[in-house]
Amino acid sequence: MKKSATINPPAVKCYHCGEPCENENFLLEEKQFCCYGCKLVYEVLAENDLCNYYNIEAFPGESQKSQTGKSNRFDYLNDEETERNLLDFQNEEQSHVTFFIPLIHCASCIWLLENLFHIHSGIISSRVDFIKKKVQIKFSNQKLSLKELVELLSTIGYEPRINLANLEKKQKNYSNNRIVKKLAVAGFCFGNMMLFSIPEYFSETVLIAENFRGLFNYLNVVLALPVVLYSANDYYLSAWNSLRQKRINMDVPIVLGIIALFFYSLWEILIVGNAGYMDSLGGLLFFLLLGKIYQQKTFATLEFDRDYKSYFPIAITRLSQDVEEVIPLRKLEVGNLIRVRNEELIPADSILLCESANIDYSFVTGEEVPVPKKKGDLIFAGGRQLGDPILLTVQKSPSQGYLTDLWNNEAFEKKKDKLLEPLSNKISASFTWIVIFISVSALLFWSFTDFSIAVKSFVSVLIVACPCALAMSTPFTLGNTLRIFGRGKFYLKNASVVERLAIIDTVVFDKTGTLTSPSQAKINFHGEPLSKETKSLIKSLVSKSAHPLSIRINQWLGNISALEIENFEEIKGNGLRAIYKNQEIKIGSSDFTGSNNGELEELGNLVFFQVEGVTIGYFHIQSGLREGLEDVVKALQGKYEIHVLSGDHPHELGSLKAKLGKDIQYNFLQSPKDKMNYLRDLNTSGKETLMIGDGLNDAGALQESNVGIAITDQVSHFSPASDAILSSDSMRSISDYLDFAKQSRNIIKASFGLSLLYNVVGVSLAVQGLLSPVICAVLMPVSSISVVLFTTLSTNFLAWKKGLIIQKST
Amino acid sequence: MEVIFLLIAISLILAVTFLWLFFRAMKDGQFDDDYTPSVRILFDSHKKATKKQSTKPKSYE
Repeated sequence: MKKSATINPPAVKCYHCGEPCENENFLLEEKQFCCYGCKLVYEVLAENDLCNYYNIEAFPGESQKSQTGKSNRFDYLNDEETERNLLDFQNEEQSHVTFFIPLIHCASCIWLLENLFHIHSGIISSRVDFIKKKVQIKFSNQKLSLKELVELLSTIGYEPRINLANLEKKQKNYSNNRIVKKLAVAGFCFGNMMLFSIPEYFSETVLIAENFRGLFNYLNVVLALPVVLYSANDYYLSAWNSLRQKRINMDVPIVLGIIALFFYSLWEILIVGNAGYMDSLGGLLFFLLLGKIYQQKTFATLEFDRDYKSYFPIAITRLSQDVEEVIPLRKLEVGNLIRVRNEELIPADSILLCESANIDYSFVTGEEVPVPKKKGDLIFAGGRQLGDPILLTVQKSPSQGYLTDLWNNEAFEKKKDKLLEPLSNKISASFTWIVIFISVSALLFWSFTDFSIAVKSFVSVLIVACPCALAMSTPFTLGNTLRIFGRGKFYLKNASVVERLAIIDTVVFDKTGTLTSPSQAKINFHGEPLSKETKSLIKSLVSKSAHPLSIRINQWLGNISALEIENFEEIKGNGLRAIYKNQEIKIGSSDFTGSNNGELEELGNLVFFQVEGVTIGYFHIQSGLREGLEDVVKALQGKYEIHVLSGDHPHELGSLKAKLGKDIQYNFLQSPKDKMNYLRDLNTSGKETLMIGDGLNDAGALQESNVGIAITDQVSHFSPASDAILSSDSMRSISDYLDFAKQSRNIIKASFGLSLLYNVVGVSLAVQGLLSPVICAVLMPVSSISVVLFTTLSTNFLAWKKGLIIQKST
Repeated sequence: MEVIFLLIAISLILAVTFLWLFFRAMKDGQFDDDYTPSVRILFDSHKKATKKQSTKPKSYE
């Protein structure tokens, strides 16, 4: 919407990035640029004769407007230790380094990055890996330092994302290569064994002389050795590890099958003089490994798709040139100045710029006593400021993953009975035992009649039975549901929350900030007219508080600059206090300011403004219901028991009843502790509760409920006590979300049935010796993948039917 | 028929050679990035391409 408004006048597009140019200040050689940054990049490229960059693709660059480059932000690269960690290779003359540059997106990018040596003679060569968005640069140590190289990349708009934890990724790639190698060996041996086994399949006709048969069989044994000793390695290791921990995993039956097949064939060939099943063994491993690779690929794409963490809705208040702006976490950069208010989370490791801070690390360490910090101290991510707002400068790029891990801290785990997830874990554990039992019975049964069928059915049962299909139906359904919710700006802590949502029967709403919205509030100021300075003064107090009423007043004041105040203090649930020009300023409730409000009581929320004990006036805030919420509550009323909790006075009871309905239980004057106890009482009376609040003064209640959803407006107060975060504009869909959670529970049950059916059919055929081990090896991954496809497609279909998936475009 | 011994030997050696070549290609990273080379080959060699199309002598100084 905003974009179309700026495009309306026929805007000139920036020659570098293609964004509309809002003014004509940046003109160069008849080319328009949208900002100084884009122009600068062009200058650098033109100087080095690299303008071909603009000919390969139109508007190849990225807008440089948002670059808040501090010249010293790469100083940490001068550190030798850091340098060593980053470099791939170094000798006296040259160094090699690989950077991850998220911006790489087109052919122009490849061209420019591979022509870096034209810009600086110190660069020997550079090579882009487009898929991984990486560039490997070889440079001369004498002519260029690592820091200068990074600065150079950032001046042409390709700033690398430097993450010292990157080293782990190399390992992962390596193991993927290894499995491909094993597959290649298995395929090679399998193919050749098939050739040497051909005479066996024509044994009736004497195709070739008898002595060749012996030779072929011995060749098969030789070819089977690399398969058994090398290709099957991973299975032995995994089975051995699980046995050592006195558990039994699904690789154990596979290993049993491999060993049985190999030694039985060995015995047949060397002692009896028959053909054995070495070709089957080769095929078995070949298809098992192929399936494994395919499975890994399928899961990796789903995983990538499922990475809801990248939308994690933490907003941060950043200060640039004394103006506050709210940005999403991923835009936060090293060197940024940020302001963290009372109860807000520190998003990244930062250095304190104010005199003092009081940091509560309970989310990280579990220790609840706040730690005092002094100016210049390093504060780690995950801490929470208590008291005054503090000013910080970010030292390390923030990690969303780290913050989500905090959210998943065990301290906030909730009881898990009645859920399907633990059930499926139990099933797959005992499953293996049942399979081994069945296969041994089949072996014994057939060994009386035909020993070769006995071995065949033994191996087939072991291979065809697939607990993974059972084990995977739950995580994949829930994972996909999580993803669909994430698109609708409904972020769940983990998969088990979906299941808990599905069995909810009671919904509890917090009123302030949840049912009512700051943006819908009507604010009036009664008293002496406010001068500009007074407004600035009020702003400087309320902007430091995260209380809903402070936020509303802050919004009402609009965009004016704040003043320097001293001794700021927030008294929870009461008000704010500060010193300005040696005068005591108080903003808060009537009790706090001691103002007489006798007949005003009925009006609604009142916030008094006081200087040196003299009441100047008061804000009258009438809370407005969020848009569309009446329908939501009405829709929920038929299916759930609904409660409303509020910390306010019951003066709005009448209007609420008229709007939302009478069947709702309203409770006013609830302190945060009351709310928590209220939820506890509901729980002990056997209710499955869903608490919806703003996560600020109802954190305890969110924690106590079976599922706690924190509603966020743009400024989010991340509370690890909640199980889910819902963007306020998606609140009207909450009824749909609850329905959908129920349906995904049904999908889990259905896919459970599906995989059970597969196992019963497969095992019963295998017991009769009707399936060869090779076919079983093909069936096994096919079954797992079909279950995954079933759950993914059906959840997507249901979501589409409900209209939840359309919100993708947001 | 004795020629079959020779044939088997040759076929195995050939197959092992291919396996070894595959390993070598994998180690050299031939399968790591299967997109960039397809773009890279289309770039003209640097100097000639820019002189014709790029802007006039730098006048901004």
